[in-house]
Amino acid sequence: MSGKPKLHYFNGRGRMESIRWLLAAAGVEFDECFLETRDDLLKLQKSGALLFQQVPMVEIDGMKMVQTRAIGNYIAAKYNLYGKDLKERALIDMYVEAIIDLDELLMMYALQPADKKEQYLANIVDKATNRYFPVYEKVLKDQGQDFLVGNQLSRADVQLLEALLMAEEYKSDILAKFPLLQSFKARISNVPTIKKFLQPGSQRKPPLQEKDLPKVMKIFNLGH
Amino acid sequence: MSEKPRLIYFNGRGRMESVRWLLAAARVEFEEIFLDTREQYVKLIKDGSLMFQQVPLVEIDGMKMVQTRAILSYIAGKYNLYGKDLKERAFIDMYVEGITDLMHMILMFPFSPPEAKEKNLALITERATHRYFPVFEKALKQHGQDFLVGNQVSWADIQLMEVILAVEEKTPAVLLAFPQLQAFKTRMSNMPAIKKFLQPGSPRKPPPDDHYVSTVLKVLAEE
Repeated sequence: MSGKPKLHYFNGRGRMESIRWLLAAAGVEFDECFLETRDDLLKLQKSGALLFQQVPMVEIDGMKMVQTRAIGNYIAAKYNLYGKDLKERALIDMYVEAIIDLDELLMMYALQPADKKEQYLANIVDKATNRYFPVYEKVLKDQGQDFLVGNQLSRADVQLLEALLMAEEYKSDILAKFPLLQSFKARISNVPTIKKFLQPGSQRKPPLQEKDLPKVMKIFNLGH
Repeated sequence: MSEKPRLIYFNGRGRMESVRWLLAAARVEFEEIFLDTREQYVKLIKDGSLMFQQVPLVEIDGMKMVQTRAILSYIAGKYNLYGKDLKERAFIDMYVEGITDLMHMILMFPFSPPEAKEKNLALITERATHRYFPVFEKALKQHGQDFLVGNQVSWADIQLMEVILAVEEKTPAVLLAFPQLQAFKTRMSNMPAIKKFLQPGSPRKPPPDDHYVSTVLKVLAEE
C-alpha cells in the first residue's frame, strides 16, 4: 500500500491545482483518482468519504481531507513552507488569500457567457495589474530578497508563481510593468522541484479547454 | 497608546463579525472604527492601509492585517484556539472552512435581489440541515466531548456557535433534529467570555438591516 497522498478530483486544474503545486514544490509524490462522470462524484458522496459532500478531497496521513485551504495549510505546515513563526505565517496567509481571490477570478472566466467574456477578461486584467501584482512587486522591491517571506521558499512563493503563469495564459504581456515579478517568475521556476513540475509529463494540468467544459459542468451539476 | 487590536469595518456584522467573536472568546478587548462614508474608505486606500484595497482591516501587534482568514488564523494561533498539533489544526481548518461556506451564504443574503431572497433562504436552511450541521452533530456524538476538536475550546467551536445563532435567526427551529448541537449551544452560551459577548452592550453586532446594506454599497461604491 502506498503512503503517497491521493488526490480525488476531475482531471483538470480547478480547486485542486494549487494542491498539486504545493505537493510538487515540496517534492512529495502523489497519486490521483479522477472523477469522469457525475456518478463518480455521487459514489464518492455515498461512500461517506467527503465530509461536506464536496471535492477536492485528499487522502493524506490517514485523513480524508477536504476544503482546499485546510489541505493547503496542512501540506504547507508539514513540509516547512509556512514560515518559521506566527508573524511570518500571518504574512504568508495574507499574500495567499489574495492570490486565491485572483485565482477565483481566473477560474470563473470559463463559466462566463460568451457575450460577457470580454468584459470579464478586462476586469481580470485590471484587478491583476492594479490590485494584486503591485503588492508583490513592492514586497520584492522593499525586501530585496529572493522570496516573499522570511528569506526562504514558502507557500506564498509557490502560489504566486502559479497565479503569474495562469495570468500570462490570459494575457501574455501581463507582467510587462513588473520587472521584479518577471525575475521572481524565472527564479522560482528554477527551484528544482518546481522546474520538474513545469516540464511536460508532470502532473500539472493544462488550462480547461472549451470542449471539456460541458463534462465538468455535468460532474458538478453546474449551469441551470 | 492603546495596545488593543483595532478593527476597521462597517458598523455591522459582515466579514468582521467572526473576528469579533474570536477576540471576545479569547477575552481580548478591542477598539472599532466604523466606515460610514466613502471618503473614509478612499482615505484608507490612499494612506496605503489596505493591502488589497479591501476591508476588514485589523491593526494588531504592529501589523495592518487584511484578509479575514489570515486575521482569524493569527488570532487563533496567538490565543491557543488552534489545537495542539498539526492534525488537530487540520480538523479545525476543515470544520471552519465548511462553516465559512455556510456563513458566506448568510453574509451575502441581504445583498441578493428581492426576487432571489426566498430561494436563497431555503438554500441556507437546506445546506445547514443536510450538509453542515449533521457533520458537527456526528463529531460531537462520536467522541462525546464538550468541544469539536482535542477536548478543548478552539476556533471551530466559536465559529460553529456563531453560525448556529445566525441560522436560528432565519430558521428558529433549525436545531430540532440536532440534540448534540442544542447541548453544545447551551454549553458555549454559558462560557463566561461568550456569555458576556451575548449580552446587550457587547461589541456583537445586530443582524444586517437596510441601512447596513445601503452603507456598504455606498462606501464601496458598488451598484
